[in-house]
Amino acid sequence: MSTATLEADAPAPEIEAPKPFTVTFIIRRFDPDTDAEARWQDFDVEMYATDRILDALHKIKWEQDGSLTFRRSCAHGVCGSDAMRINGRNRLACKTLIKDLDITKPIYIEAIKGLPLEKDLIVDMEPFFQSFREVQPFLQSATAPEPGKERVQSVAQRAIFDDTTKCILCAACTSSCPVFWTDGQYFGPAAIVNAHRFIFDSRDDQAKVRLDILNDQEGVWRCRTTFNCTEACPRGIEVTKAIAEVKQAVMRGRA
Amino acid sequence: MPDSTAGTLQTPDAPAKQRPGGTLYRGNEGMWSWVLHRITGVAIFFFLLVHILDTSLVRVSPEAYNAVIGTYQTPIMGLGEVALVGAIVFHAFNGLRIILVDFWSWATRHQKLLFWIVVGLWVVTMLGFTPRHLMNVFGH
Repeated sequence: MSTATLEADAPAPEIEAPKPFTVTFIIRRFDPDTDAEARWQDFDVEMYATDRILDALHKIKWEQDGSLTFRRSCAHGVCGSDAMRINGRNRLACKTLIKDLDITKPIYIEAIKGLPLEKDLIVDMEPFFQSFREVQPFLQSATAPEPGKERVQSVAQRAIFDDTTKCILCAACTSSCPVFWTDGQYFGPAAIVNAHRFIFDSRDDQAKVRLDILNDQEGVWRCRTTFNCTEACPRGIEVTKAIAEVKQAVMRGRA
Repeated sequence: MPDSTAGTLQTPDAPAKQRPGGTLYRGNEGMWSWVLHRITGVAIFFFLLVHILDTSLVRVSPEAYNAVIGTYQTPIMGLGEVALVGAIVFHAFNGLRIILVDFWSWATRHQKLLFWIVVGLWVVTMLGFTPRHLMNVFGH
């Protein structure tokens, strides 16, 4: 554009530094030592639009109330430690930006639902991992690869289960499932996703065993296709689609 | 600070763990269509229960059957029939949507569109049914 040089001659306009604004957070607190019941507590925090919910939690913990308890490890959406319910939907605190939320109203933060609440935003993840272990989420091959070679897999064979390899076990899907809230015995979306990852792996030979495990009253047939899991997944896995594929594999008796 | 003495701490009076609560989960079309499917399903079940009972009265005596069916011929029951048909129509169309979602991978990606198609079909069906039905209820 012709105006580019003109602008360069003019004195550079002062770039306004972004100003922080006050955001109200209402956090559901629970201390098992002192509280008989969870309670809501609100905090006002100075935030920028590019900040994340996790930054707000850090500011609260470091500057206002050191007793606020939550889990986070990598803080960059890889480890899956900080799944929580933000404004009524399961999200990773480290991947939810302030600018994507309506800050004219307070932001509600609470622990994920359906798992035993331990303290503030921390739940007992053991039932979740128990279901994960039960689907045998590891490669089981009946044959050894050729000496000095790897197991060969074509691009097309790999593409079948590519989506379900992305799971970080944050429990956002499982704890968004209405069936899981009322029936803790249900394997839950995350366990089925991880079963799918090996059921459809051409190098694995134990698909039948996993399909048998999931062809249970508390297995894939509990899924009512509410799609909460697909919408909650921070990795964008099409969870309900994966569960539907496992359902079909169970019906046909083979992946 | 790691607390190694957790075992000796006072336990609260009531076991507060596992207590449900917090805000209502904000699902989208998928979750609310499931909630509606449940509500209409249970409602239809109770209707069928009563319906089988009143229909079986014809085995007792035709007079008893007529007496019971006669009590249904009121405007309030007429409006109740609109609700009943509305519930059945939604349950039927959404049931077809769920079948598609389970058997067709295209439908798992476009379940929201399918939900609004269900709502559209429901509106069209009810627009056809409700005026005709209410003319019968209030016309005589």
